Amino acid sequence: MSTPSITHEHSEHFDAYGKKLGMWLFLFTEVLLFGGLFIVYATYRFLNHDAFHQGSAELNLVVGAINTAILLTSSLTVALSITAIQKGDSKKAFNLIIITIIFALAFLVNKYFEWYAKYEHGLFPGMEHFKELSHGESQFFFLYFFMTGLHAIHVIVGAVLLGVIAYLIKKGTVNKDRYIYLENGGLYWHLVDVIWIYLFPLFYLII
Amino acid sequence: MSEDHNGHVVDYKFNILVWIDLLIFTIITIEVAQFDLQDLTVIMALLVASVKTFLVGSYFMHLKFENKFMQAIVIGVAVLFVLVLILLFSDYLFFK
Repeated sequence: MSTPSITHEHSEHFDAYGKKLGMWLFLFTEVLLFGGLFIVYATYRFLNHDAFHQGSAELNLVVGAINTAILLTSSLTVALSITAIQKGDSKKAFNLIIITIIFALAFLVNKYFEWYAKYEHGLFPGMEHFKELSHGESQFFFLYFFMTGLHAIHVIVGAVLLGVIAYLIKKGTVNKDRYIYLENGGLYWHLVDVIWIYLFPLFYLII
Repeated sequence: MSEDHNGHVVDYKFNILVWIDLLIFTIITIEVAQFDLQDLTVIMALLVASVKTFLVGSYFMHLKFENKFMQAIVIGVAVLFVLVLILLFSDYLFFK
C-alpha cells in the first residue's frame, strides 16, 4: 500500500504556532491552580482580617522586595535572550539564559533563609509555636508556606527547563529559525514571575 | 526568518525600558502600602500588580504581537478569573 512513487522534497513539518498555543493552554491550567489558591487566600483574609495583618507584619519585607527585583530582572534576561536568538546571536542568547538560571538560584537561596528564619521561630505548620497561633494567623502561615512553596517548586522546574534550553541552544537545535522551545521556556518563566507579582503584595504588603 | 514564527523582534533597549517600568511599579506598590488606606490598600496593590502583569504579558510574553485568537483566549481566562472573584465576594458581602 505504501509505495511512495512521488518523491517530495523532504521538508519536516514543524509547527511552532501549535507548540506555542499548547504552551498557553498549559499556562491556563497553572493560572487555575494558583487562582484557586488565591481565592482561598481572599476568603480567609476576608474572614480574618486582623490576623492576616499581624501575620504579614512578621514577614521580611526587604527579602520579599529583593526577591521581586530578582525575578523581574530574570524575566528581562529571558526576554533579551529571545531578542538575541532572533537576531542570530546564539552565544549571547545562551549566556543570558545562564544568567537567568543564576537569578533563579539566588531567588531560592533567599527563600531558603527566609523560610529558615520562620522555621526557627516555630512558625512552620505543626510546630509548637504554630499551634499557639490564633486560628486566623495559623491560616495565614499555612497559606504562606503552601503558596510560596508551590511557587518555589515552579522556580526549580523553570530553572531546569531553562537549563535544557541552554543545552539546546549550545547544540544548535534552538537557533535563529527555530526558537520556539526558548519562547515556550520564556513563557513559563514569565508566568512564574507574574504569580510572584501577585504573591508579593498579598503576603508582604497587606495592611 | 522561519514562517512558523510571527517574527516580531522586541529591541534590547525596549525590553530594558519595560524592566525599568516594572521596577518603578514595584517601588510604588511598596510605598503606597505604607499608608493605611483601609480597603483601598488591597485594591491599589492589586491594580499595580495587574499593570505589571499587563506589561510582562504584552512585551516580555510578546502577546502584543500575537494574532487575535491568542490574545482573545488569554483575555478570556483573565476575565473568567476576575468574574469568579467578583461573584465570590458579592456572595460574601450579601450574607455578611
